[in-house]
Amino acid sequence: MRADKAPHVEDAPETDLPETDEEILTPEQLAAAWAAEAPEPAGPVANLVSSLVAMALGIAGLLLSLKLGLGTPAEPRPGMWPFIVSLVVAVLSVVQVVIGRAGGKDGEKFSSYSWYAGIGFATLVGMVLLMPVVGFEIPSLLLCFVWMRWLGGERWRSATMYSILIVAAFYAIFIAALGTTIPRLF
Amino acid sequence: MDFFGPVLDGFGVVLDPTNLLYCLLGVAIGMLIGVLPGLGPAATIAILLPLTYGVEPVTAIIMLAGIFYGAQYGGTITSVLLRIPGEASSVVTVFDGYVLAKQGRAGTALGIAAIGSFIGGTVGIIGLTFLAPVVASFALDFGPPEYTALALLGILLVATISGGSKIKALIAAAFGLFLATVGRDIFTGAERFTFGNLSMADGIDFVPIAMGLFGVGEILYNLEERHRAASAPATVANVWPSRKDLKQASGAIGRGSVLGFFLGILPGGGATIASLAAYAVEKKRAKDPSRFGKGAIEGVAGPETANNAAATSSFIPLLTLGIPANATMAIIFGALLIQGVTPGPQLITEHPDLFWGVVNSMYIGNILLLIMSIPLVGLFVKILRIRAAILAPITALITMLGAYTIRNSMFDVMLVVLFGALGYLMKKFGFEPGPLVLAFVLGSLLESSLRRSLLVLEGDPTGFFTRPISATLLVTFVIVAVWPMIKTVLDKRKKANAVLSDPKVKEKV
Repeated sequence: MRADKAPHVEDAPETDLPETDEEILTPEQLAAAWAAEAPEPAGPVANLVSSLVAMALGIAGLLLSLKLGLGTPAEPRPGMWPFIVSLVVAVLSVVQVVIGRAGGKDGEKFSSYSWYAGIGFATLVGMVLLMPVVGFEIPSLLLCFVWMRWLGGERWRSATMYSILIVAAFYAIFIAALGTTIPRLF
Repeated sequence: MDFFGPVLDGFGVVLDPTNLLYCLLGVAIGMLIGVLPGLGPAATIAILLPLTYGVEPVTAIIMLAGIFYGAQYGGTITSVLLRIPGEASSVVTVFDGYVLAKQGRAGTALGIAAIGSFIGGTVGIIGLTFLAPVVASFALDFGPPEYTALALLGILLVATISGGSKIKALIAAAFGLFLATVGRDIFTGAERFTFGNLSMADGIDFVPIAMGLFGVGEILYNLEERHRAASAPATVANVWPSRKDLKQASGAIGRGSVLGFFLGILPGGGATIASLAAYAVEKKRAKDPSRFGKGAIEGVAGPETANNAAATSSFIPLLTLGIPANATMAIIFGALLIQGVTPGPQLITEHPDLFWGVVNSMYIGNILLLIMSIPLVGLFVKILRIRAAILAPITALITMLGAYTIRNSMFDVMLVVLFGALGYLMKKFGFEPGPLVLAFVLGSLLESSLRRSLLVLEGDPTGFFTRPISATLLVTFVIVAVWPMIKTVLDKRKKANAVLSDPKVKEKV
């Protein structure tokens, strides 16, 4: 095993060293390493909740479609096709509740880093709310700074510098060059 | 000649300076996002959709196509240098590419990959040139029942081939079909699920869905997924492979081209599957399979050739049948619809300038990419040093401001952000956004074909099976749908047998 791991000793002297991160890995080892680094699957609770949400959407679709009227296959009314599609959603969600009860391998568990995505979302919403009021420059600057300093771990100085540069570049492209009507302060 | 006239006119379209510029822009962006881990081609194309509003349809699609096949070139660089696949279609390249880089042969690996990509891409375009008109003329006879069956099969294949839970992917697809029904019913004029809201009467717009689910969803997801710190080597020496390397790789490049081309045509197929299959084929064919994973040049050449051939040929179902074969094609489909062009068998005859313009632009694009990946590779290696923390807000701002420019509406931007949150949550809970977008795009085609078929067949669903093409497609549909269940049962039996025979094995050992 060791022998055929290092076929060209002169090309790859590292292969005889003990395993480190820089070690040349076989595809199987690499796949295993990736699997170990990958986030944990979402788990049974997440599966149950998400499947129930999907089921609720399916049932809501069924009821709304019924209100539109189904008709017959020869003369379908507007609700027929949405009814079929909602039925598929509802039935498959029930199947998923059962099949995924042990958790399955899909999805990802929320981690402490998931807050980053939450903060990112909040800043995007904030930008949408602020842009019509104060123009795009200040919200963009704040967004860049928050994303770089706290979500990206940049230093104060580089975050400040890059934020200003980026917003200036966007101003130059979207306002000065393209002449778009994005709400702006200046 | 009848056939070559439009083809040659297509070159005239490509050589228009604006189109050339957008082709260059497209492939350069594609190469960039291929190099940078994080956003993939689907997300990038979605984010850049607003850019296509102001230009001619052919120019827009030339650029979007360039992003797609350009990403296949760029994805190689991080696979080889950092052991991080830039794109899903370059995952297998890591196995041998990174080892070659460790042996000081990174240049060789990148050079062979670039040449293989170029050849694969070119073979794909030539195949596309000759096969597409044949498929399109065949499909001209398709009626509503055939389209119903084809759209159903396309959605099912994309959903079942995506990674993760297949049932969840199907739920996402069905939900996409439901979203497509919102708005005025084209047959009766009745308003569906609009809740009296006037702006919903025309249906939900495709662009905010695509930009949100793919673009913002991916951006939010990347905020959470901290990129592993990776230090890129400053320079890559000697990208020109030697004659010996080329000779060794030529077989793999040839096989990869053909294999990739055919896998790319299949719905649900595409670059990722093609690269996996090519790696498997090369390993199987090799005289000494143990060389693979230890720096076999064929292990880089085969998959890299195949993913480019497949990226090119996956345009065939889109441009000839109007059925996108994967999520990225679904977005390009949406972009065409925005431009008022409906992809389908009539495209070649009705818009020959668009069809041949786009196809022929790929020759130019591939040449540009070859230049970027061999003489200019050093530039892209340097780009690897840009930190993700600085790129993330840039992509976010491009998306937000871009979304606003579509209709000068803050409401659209809010929709994009909300769909972004949905996309992020779907990903976390194991629902792929790809099938949803694909089904949404095909939704109205599927519904109207189904209802027209039922009118023709006088409400008798068994009529689908009396027409040979729709019958074949539907039988395939049923097989694809039922096969996973049969397989689970078979696997369980096998496992049961294995458990039964296990004690004996242990005794023997």
